Amino acid sequence: MDFNGSDTIPGPRAEDHLPHTTTAAAKIVIVGGFGVGKTTMVGSVSEIRPLTTEETMTQAGIGVDDDYGSETKTATTVAMDFGRIRITEQVVLYLFGTPGQERFWFLWNGLFEGALGAVVLVDTRRIEVSFEVMGRLEEGGVPFVVAVNTFPDGPRYPVEDLRAALDLPPEIPIVECDVRRRASSRDVLMTLMRFLHSLALSRSLT
Amino acid sequence: MTPPQRRRRQPPPPPPPPSPAVPKSAPSPAEGQNGGEGEGKNPERLYIITGADGERAPVDLVTLIVTRAEAPSSATPEQTAVLRMCAAPLSVAEISAYLRLPFSVVTVLLTEMLAAELVQARAPIVRQQLPDRSLLEAVMHGLQRL
Repeated sequence: MDFNGSDTIPGPRAEDHLPHTTTAAAKIVIVGGFGVGKTTMVGSVSEIRPLTTEETMTQAGIGVDDDYGSETKTATTVAMDFGRIRITEQVVLYLFGTPGQERFWFLWNGLFEGALGAVVLVDTRRIEVSFEVMGRLEEGGVPFVVAVNTFPDGPRYPVEDLRAALDLPPEIPIVECDVRRRASSRDVLMTLMRFLHSLALSRSLT
Repeated sequence: MTPPQRRRRQPPPPPPPPSPAVPKSAPSPAEGQNGGEGEGKNPERLYIITGADGERAPVDLVTLIVTRAEAPSSATPEQTAVLRMCAAPLSVAEISAYLRLPFSVVTVLLTEMLAAELVQARAPIVRQQLPDRSLLEAVMHGLQRL
């Protein structure tokens, strides 16, 4: 890494600058197993080229490297892709595509705690991969919707069968999507927003 | 063919209050301890960039950072790069991506820069018990424009 040459100073392209009036950012988390299409979804709706933030995981945090002895300090790098959508002159929305394994989540402080909500991306070929993350979101009180990324070779289940299998209450939306398409990914985010809005309405009435 | 079966879980009875990551407040003891432990295990290269061991400002991935001062002559290359790229507001996640440094390292770097008043932090919008409906409506309008 060399920051000395002014040509190599990293940073956003001029067209990617946020306006100075931007006062606050909100975030949404897209979570799912490896290869389910998180990065594709982030990329298809983001207004900037998707970026990657990394975190280094040491054995102190998870204890999976015990077999190698204490001299081998294996550091695993975990990457998380994200994108951005400008909402108003004041507000910007960030989308994070997050690994489904819970042992990665603590790496980014407050990743789920502050998120407006989450999209759980499900691959019908490996539904059980999403079980743990759904449980964790439920325990943390993080509202989420389920988006089924349709793969041509994946089994197709009726939504009600999926709802029963995922043990989801009727109010939690389950939608099918093709994350490669911007409109389809956008519709998933709209579904999440409508769901959050309905939660806000029902809570303000109670 | 039936899919595998999951069992729903419940949130704990008293929902934990959202912990707003307001940069002005002091880091909690827990964060300080974790930070210290993490630093100790990190390779030396990262240690040099982040400077002295210490408590980290509670910045979130989407805390927006804005430059408020010129780079002092003592500024490190990383600090200079942050000051340059944050001429317009930029999230901590983006700073991490452009600098190609782990989020935790950027957090420590920014803790120093916030303390030195080189940069300013704009706290993120965090989920609340009662979500802000006007915000959600604004987001829906924003998404419709895509």
